[in-house]
Amino acid sequence: MELWLDLKERKRGMNSREISLKLNGCEVTATVEPRIHLADFLRHTLGATGTHLGCEHGVCGACTVNVDGDAVRSCLMFAIQVDGKNVTTIEGIANSDKTLHPIQEAFRKHHGLQCGFCTPGMVITLEAFLKNHPNPTEFEIRKAISGNICRCTGYQPIVAAAMEAATNLKNQGQ
Amino acid sequence: MGVKYIGAEVQRMEDLRLLKGSGRYVDDITRDRMLHVAFLRSEHAHANIKNIDTENAKNLDGVHGVLTYRDIASSFDLKRMSQLFPAPVIEQNITQYPVANEEVCYVGEIVAVVVAENRAVAEDAVEIINVEYDVMPAIIDCRLALEPNAPKAHNKSKNNLVGVIQTSFGEIDEAFKTADHIFRRSFLQHRGGCHAMECRGVVAEHDASENTLTLWSSTQCPYLVRRSLADYLGENEESIRVIAPDVGGGFGPKAGFYPEEIIVPLLARSFGRPIKWIEDRHEHFVATTTQRDQKWDVEVACNADGLIKGIRGEVTHENGAYVPYGFLLPFTSLTPLPGPYAVPAVDVSLKVVFTNTTPNSPVRGAGRPYAIYAVERLIETISKNLNIDAAEVRRRNFVKEEQMPYATGALLRDGSPVKYDSGNYHSCLEKALALAHHASFKDRQSSARNDSRFIGIGISSYVEDTGLGPYEGTTVRVQPNGKVLVRSGSASQGQGHHTFIAQIVAETLAVSLEDIVFESGDTGKFPHGVGTIGSRIAVNVGPSAYEAANAVKDKAIKLASETLEAAEQDLELSSGNVQVKGVEDLSVSLGDLARTLSPKAGGKVPSGFTPSLEATSYTGSNGSPFASGTNVAEVEVDILTGNVKLINYSVAHDCGTIINPKIVDGQIIGGVVHGIGNALFERMIYSEGGQPLTNTYADYLLPLATEMPNIEIVHEESASPLNVLGIKGAGEGGTIPATAAVVAAVENALEEFNVEIDYYPINPQHLTELIDG
Repeated sequence: MELWLDLKERKRGMNSREISLKLNGCEVTATVEPRIHLADFLRHTLGATGTHLGCEHGVCGACTVNVDGDAVRSCLMFAIQVDGKNVTTIEGIANSDKTLHPIQEAFRKHHGLQCGFCTPGMVITLEAFLKNHPNPTEFEIRKAISGNICRCTGYQPIVAAAMEAATNLKNQGQ
Repeated sequence: MGVKYIGAEVQRMEDLRLLKGSGRYVDDITRDRMLHVAFLRSEHAHANIKNIDTENAKNLDGVHGVLTYRDIASSFDLKRMSQLFPAPVIEQNITQYPVANEEVCYVGEIVAVVVAENRAVAEDAVEIINVEYDVMPAIIDCRLALEPNAPKAHNKSKNNLVGVIQTSFGEIDEAFKTADHIFRRSFLQHRGGCHAMECRGVVAEHDASENTLTLWSSTQCPYLVRRSLADYLGENEESIRVIAPDVGGGFGPKAGFYPEEIIVPLLARSFGRPIKWIEDRHEHFVATTTQRDQKWDVEVACNADGLIKGIRGEVTHENGAYVPYGFLLPFTSLTPLPGPYAVPAVDVSLKVVFTNTTPNSPVRGAGRPYAIYAVERLIETISKNLNIDAAEVRRRNFVKEEQMPYATGALLRDGSPVKYDSGNYHSCLEKALALAHHASFKDRQSSARNDSRFIGIGISSYVEDTGLGPYEGTTVRVQPNGKVLVRSGSASQGQGHHTFIAQIVAETLAVSLEDIVFESGDTGKFPHGVGTIGSRIAVNVGPSAYEAANAVKDKAIKLASETLEAAEQDLELSSGNVQVKGVEDLSVSLGDLARTLSPKAGGKVPSGFTPSLEATSYTGSNGSPFASGTNVAEVEVDILTGNVKLINYSVAHDCGTIINPKIVDGQIIGGVVHGIGNALFERMIYSEGGQPLTNTYADYLLPLATEMPNIEIVHEESASPLNVLGIKGAGEGGTIPATAAVVAAVENALEEFNVEIDYYPINPQHLTELIDG
């Protein structure tokens, strides 16, 4: 009954905040309810549906996006928490000339995806990881993606793709 | 001439979109004025519904409707769902109401539905629906379901027996009377759920002007959904269009027909607005069909040399609360017997029992992993008891290549004999052993023992009936711009249909892969399809795509022969043209030929030709091609913690002709990992009262990258004689033998403790108890 009173008294639309952020390099301003998590905000308010929701309890990693350089689970973060921050999703990971990012390219080459549902989260996780770990071992890559569940590939082609992407990124950087 | 695509490791045509985040899954679809639903689901395993108070929920701001069985039934004949696969052996054919009427029989059964402006409000409203239940006793453990005083899963059923099936051939009594040895094993097998990374979901839209319904559903079988919905509503199949857009994994449970696929379109029609439902993960654990327990008591009769004379036993199969999917899962638990071995007599019966748990349907491999596990346990038992190397027991009992085609003696449901069409089981075994460095394993094992490490090796061999009929058709049509439209019924959930079908058509028509426009999974675009289940797509679509492309090729050559004034036998297809062999200048493009066959007003189709440069084929496979293979797992067991670590995993796999090796390897590796999950991690636990206890991914463990070994694969390609391309299915062959290989390896690692594993997934705590004796 208490819950009911609580909900009845809530005036929908009144409880909202205006936030500004950079999504994939573009300035965005929006009005959000404080209870809306970042993934729902990205998907349903901003229409950036490349970010997927697999479990909505912070385990599967499908919803991983990059916030100010860190790979985070957008189902565990409220939209209001990205006010003033830089958010990068799978839609913004490609190179500026629209060619694929070396991680995306390597996924393609090694069949690092099947159904594609976990893929955006995998790519975002690996992008942040490889930036900080340019010379990873295979097991370090496995640890880096241990918070991203893939039911299709058995991970092996993803690991192969990540190893190759690491080499290519390093060569590009030189 | 064109490029050789069949057998080539080409990149997947699907990937560019998916990698850029441009895929379109059901939850990515929005429609104007769309509303959202959330379901109130039973919190009890078995209860009678006394009263449902929806007033508070109805008054919540943003709620458009709250409906119970009575509300919907007041204007619509809300009956129980139909049986998808009826069979006379189903003695108690109980299906569920789309919304529970008076009785709920599992946690997760739909009790009420809320329609609201958005999902969050719909879920708020679900929270404040008040239901009074009269809680009834529940039956949860399938092993107790047939006890005389067991609670009944359904108030009005006579008992918990759904039905009994049996596979029986040969002189079983004689085999057991004359055998040198009889060994008996009892074990419980547990397979988990679907856990595709995308949960299920439905969007439905009603067009009042044309009275048509369009459904977007995360399904493996859009045609089954269309047929089932049309039957339920009593309406024209052609008035319903079902689209499977990008689907984020299937693995079996998305092949059914669900209550939500009735309720959402019904509401879309009654509210006059598009409606979306997206299953959340918590719902997925209780609302999407799963596999669970099978109890096996089985014995084998053999000679002193390990040669098997007969296998007999009894199985209890946990069905869950309703029978949505006929006996397909139980049937596939018996038909693989006796696996790749030439066993003259088999007699195994299986009792299907009701429990108050989420209903069952096949998960990757269906019942086959259970059956193969059982046979492989017996092989290991013979090996241990007679002290014959486990590989050698297999060699002595395998069906030999020269015995192909080999009729096991078992009969399929339609009365036709089970016949292994081709394969070389000995070769697969030797290849897997070589890949696993099996010959030197004893040395590795003893040196590990010297370091107090316990490593073990396990073998598992299997056969798999693939390519279930009747067909999966393909249309190939050259468009006026020369691009080739390829349409098929089958929906994809990540298996690379676009790519491998494009490979077949592009090679046949000598065009590039980029010239293929592929469409599937949409009942509005192809008249009839069956579904992506049972490792059947390549076996069925491969031949139909090949035949349709060849018919287009023949038609193009015949027409070009008139255009170019050259004999048909002097013409060939090359780079999108038909040309005089070796003479590029004497050519006509496929696009121009297509234009000739689809003239504008006043034009004329050349005499002797039908309009349009296109062909459709439903050619499939003349029976089930049997895939086969051997897996070898090497593990290390920590005897302190009971932890099992996979060190190496080797696969020898025979799926006949391979269209795309990388796609096949992807299927195998993903499948093996699913089987490893079954062996070590995935356990759906219910309390005694029927409450699901493992319904988050913190509790229900899926295989993660860190726990998985490197999986090495070697192929045997024994072409199936049953279809034109020699294809056998590849979707489940990784999963089927994997669990048995891992369990055998663990037992082998713990040889000196004489551990006999009687249950999987292997639980570290249970393992430490077994180690301690």
